[in-house]
Amino acid sequence: MTDPNTRTEWPLWEVFVRSRAGLDHKHCGSLHAADAAMAIQLARDVYTRRLEGSSVWVVPSAAITASDPGDKGMFFDPAEDKVYRHPTFYKLPPEVDHM
Amino acid sequence: MTASIQLHQTPQLQYLLRLGDTCLILGQRLGEWCGHGPILEEDIALTNMALDLIGQARALLTRAGQTEGRAFDEDQLAFLRDERDYRNPTLVELPRGDFAFTVLRNLMVATLLKLLWQKLADSSDAELAAIAGKAVKEARYHQQHAADWVLRLGDGTDESTRRCRTALATLWRYVPELFEADAVDEAAAATGLGPRWADVQADWNAEVGAVLAEAGLTPPALGSYRSTGKRGVHTEHMGYILAEMQHLQRSYPGGVW
Repeated sequence: MTDPNTRTEWPLWEVFVRSRAGLDHKHCGSLHAADAAMAIQLARDVYTRRLEGSSVWVVPSAAITASDPGDKGMFFDPAEDKVYRHPTFYKLPPEVDHM
Repeated sequence: MTASIQLHQTPQLQYLLRLGDTCLILGQRLGEWCGHGPILEEDIALTNMALDLIGQARALLTRAGQTEGRAFDEDQLAFLRDERDYRNPTLVELPRGDFAFTVLRNLMVATLLKLLWQKLADSSDAELAAIAGKAVKEARYHQQHAADWVLRLGDGTDESTRRCRTALATLWRYVPELFEADAVDEAAAATGLGPRWADVQADWNAEVGAVLAEAGLTPPALGSYRSTGKRGVHTEHMGYILAEMQHLQRSYPGGVW
């Protein structure tokens, strides 16, 4: 099934859109495309139709290594009761409050 | 049934209608892909472009209505004319065909419109110049999108190459009409309204020719056939597309969403 002539599904790409200069590219979805150039073009049509974008990145979904959902407990739960990791215990001067 | 509107076909009006109807009819043809695109993403791309073209048609027909002098609006011009009063080149009224046919025609028309918009940005008609300034960006994207597909399909599999060759053989005979000189174009050039379509022929040949060459496609030799849509004499396909477009406005005059 890896022969491109018999494969019926194009590879999947993750799409990241930057809404304005200075902001981060944000993940906004995925799409199928034959290659990177086509993925950029289709991303433009699928994800920036309503003036959402000023820049687009595409990344092959296969290139993303994700954490294992089975490790969720081990990975993330221990952070639950460690409120001291949030820098919310400092009294800021009024001029720089609401940072 | 609502009666057709009758127009004073001045050269200026005909020039605007040629542009507006090219956008209107090709927009309608691309809209036919809605729900039928080869993949979901391409379905959205084609209908985006259809809506770009309809938007351009709205602006152009609104302008045409203003210059005609009897305050016909865009809807009346789009939906209440007789077939002979539509002035699009025949190329855009041909049925949508397969995907190769669609992207090849898009390449031809988007290249033409892009080159015309570039020159129309200097039109003596400030309204038309403003429409052109906005539309040229859309046309540039349409051209790139189509060129990308023509390269992929022309230089793709045996099947895609065969379909591209068939499409090119059908479409190429409608090209000469695009650049045929006539009184309408001469009047537009003389008043500064816009370029003769023939003025962009050399650039069109260079740009379309470059894509076809890279895609490994060779245009067929031209015979003596000349299509005549720009003069209002259309193929049998035009009646069907107009029937579909006009049905609602004719049956429910002034109907809006």
